[in-house]
Amino acid sequence: MSKHLGVWAYSESSELLFELIGKGRELASKLQTQLTAIVLGHNVTEHAKELIGYGAHKVIVVDDPQLKEFHVETYLSALIPLSKQHKPELFLIGSTKRGKELAARLAARLSLGCVPDCLELEVDEQGRLLARRIVYGGNAIVTQVFRTEPQIVTVPRGKFEKPNYTEESKGEVVNITDIQIETPKTEVVEVKPVSMAETRIEEAEVVVGGGRGLEKKEDSKILEELAAILGGQVGYTRPLAEDRKWFTEWVGLSGHTIKPKLYIACGISGVIQHVAGIRDSNTIVAINKDPEAPIFEMADYIVIGDLYEIVPALSAALKKVLGVGKD
Amino acid sequence: MVRILVCVKQAIDVSQLKVDSATRRLILADAPKKISDFDKNAVEEAVHIKEKLGGEVFTVTVSPEDAKTTLREALAMGADKAYIISDPIFENSDTLATSYTLAEAVKKIGTFDIIFCGEASIDSFSAQIGPRLAERLGVPVITYARKVSLEGDAVTVERGLEDCSETVKAKMPVLITVTKEINEPRTPSYMAIMNAFKKEVVIWKAADLNITSEKVGETGSAVRVLDVLAPKVEREKIVIKGETAMEVAEKLAKALIQEGIITR
Ligand SMILES: Cc1cc2nc3c(=O)[nH]c(=O)nc-3n(C[C@H](O)[C@H](O)[C@H](O)COP(=O)(O)OP(=O)(O)OC[C@H]3O[C@@H](n4cnc5c(N)ncnc54)[C@H](O)[C@@H]3O)c2cc1C
Ligand SMILES: Nc1ncnc2c1ncn2[C@@H]1O[C@H](COP(=O)(O)O)[C@@H](O)[C@H]1O
Repeated sequence: MSKHLGVWAYSESSELLFELIGKGRELASKLQTQLTAIVLGHNVTEHAKELIGYGAHKVIVVDDPQLKEFHVETYLSALIPLSKQHKPELFLIGSTKRGKELAARLAARLSLGCVPDCLELEVDEQGRLLARRIVYGGNAIVTQVFRTEPQIVTVPRGKFEKPNYTEESKGEVVNITDIQIETPKTEVVEVKPVSMAETRIEEAEVVVGGGRGLEKKEDSKILEELAAILGGQVGYTRPLAEDRKWFTEWVGLSGHTIKPKLYIACGISGVIQHVAGIRDSNTIVAINKDPEAPIFEMADYIVIGDLYEIVPALSAALKKVLGVGKD
Repeated sequence: MVRILVCVKQAIDVSQLKVDSATRRLILADAPKKISDFDKNAVEEAVHIKEKLGGEVFTVTVSPEDAKTTLREALAMGADKAYIISDPIFENSDTLATSYTLAEAVKKIGTFDIIFCGEASIDSFSAQIGPRLAERLGVPVITYARKVSLEGDAVTVERGLEDCSETVKAKMPVLITVTKEINEPRTPSYMAIMNAFKKEVVIWKAADLNITSEKVGETGSAVRVLDVLAPKVEREKIVIKGETAMEVAEKLAKALIQEGIITR
């Protein structure tokens, strides 16, 4: 068997791809190899050049009208021959829902292992890749190593830093044209965009979290006010999105993973799946009226009290000292 | 008449899992187990379709034999027959190996119009088995379904992605992974629970599927576990107290500013 070489990065989300390039560069240097970014799409040459600016040594492009929109089957039909032919040793794939399915199917097709949702990737003294991820609903972190190559891992948004863009970076863009794109067996008949927060919650330095302690959707206003004073954003627990259908996104194991400087959990009990998404926050403040709430085990500052009293008071106190939002 | 198979995992009930705080190791030996949450949604969806259109619902699980008790729940919810694939050689299988075992089992059980899986399992949360099984069986897969409808030989599925909801159509046979949003799993009645004891539970060993040890367990896995440890929790746990909400708020604001967590 010929040797596998090189680190690859792919995500259909360009912001996430930048982060993968950043991390991929670091791993590639430890593995003494190069980082290649993969671009699939149509009319994507500009995007490919941009990736060199973010640090890719090389960009492999498959430009085809059939790849204009993301479809896991067409994209797979490009990635399978690419992986077989070029044999990377490590392939980082962005851990969006699309990306996770893509990675799982790529791994299945090539009879490979895959470690999804890695929160840490490290090369040990023996040159092995150690992939770490959350298991048991957030109760534990598992460290895994691969026995097959390419080693496929998926990486969620916001885990690693986006590198700086430099105009002077040099790199090679390679266009691959001899790939047969397959016609998919599933047909996308409609796409309805859902409204997204303007800035991604992963990027917020301060996040105010709301849980079932909120009685009405309108009450989230008090959290928004606090977030606005701190220049942050509001995030919620899954039941507010799923059971109550107030929102479409949530923070936690099955939602967004965040690591703000400050997280203020309001009316959140601290069930393990939510905690899994906030664990890396620098400082955690928890406001809960139940002195036994598990969230307090995770908190740097504990406030036992009613969020309907504490949160507006905190906004007022901060306004006074920070001198913002005079009204 | 629709033939549906539901892949059900007997998972560790992560909400009841205990950690040995000295060693940061999990106490897994007698941790309670249950049907993985989203797999219940998968069973519900399958039974719901059967009730509307007629047909049969089977469940399959790769698990220790003690799964029998847990799986009665799926039968009580309305599944007709359960298969448990159980053998010591399956221990420590990764998703590559488990999807192989499942695929071999499905091939032996028969052909299906729809195979349902959960979006992810509550203990491993990898979201891999569904797509991998579909690849092995050579059927199309639609992930993250939150609405499924059948018409003739086709399914239409609404799936929830981060930035959009997508409606996808495919010809059966098809594998669908479901989210929690798709339905509210029923609580079986006493009668249904009693009835479940009359339903057939088939137990197969590796040899019944001609599976040998090099393709499963640690040897058949592509990923090896080095370590499983509870994360370190190092939090200050400073309790902020006061007579009034305002006093508490002011103390908290002051502390956050003094510590440089909030900057002016
Ligand atoms: C497979 C799986 C994945 C999941 N993924 C996620 C995920 O990604 N994110 C997520 O969040 N959840 C997730 N969950 C759900 C999770 O298990 C919990 O159900 C959820 O996080 C609880 O949300 P909560 O804290 O808002 O509600 P609750 O647990 O009901 O807590 C509400 C808290 O508010 C307090 N409270 C009530 N009123 C007030 C008041 N006036 N002032 C102050 N405090 C008050 C109460 O004391 C209580 O502690 C998942 C579950 C499963 C099974
Ligand atoms: N051991 C198993 N037996 C049967 N089905 C399984 C098993 N493991 C996983 N599945 C199915 O695959 C889905 C996703 O699991 P996972 O890839 O572990 O997140 C689950 O919701 C189940 O439907």
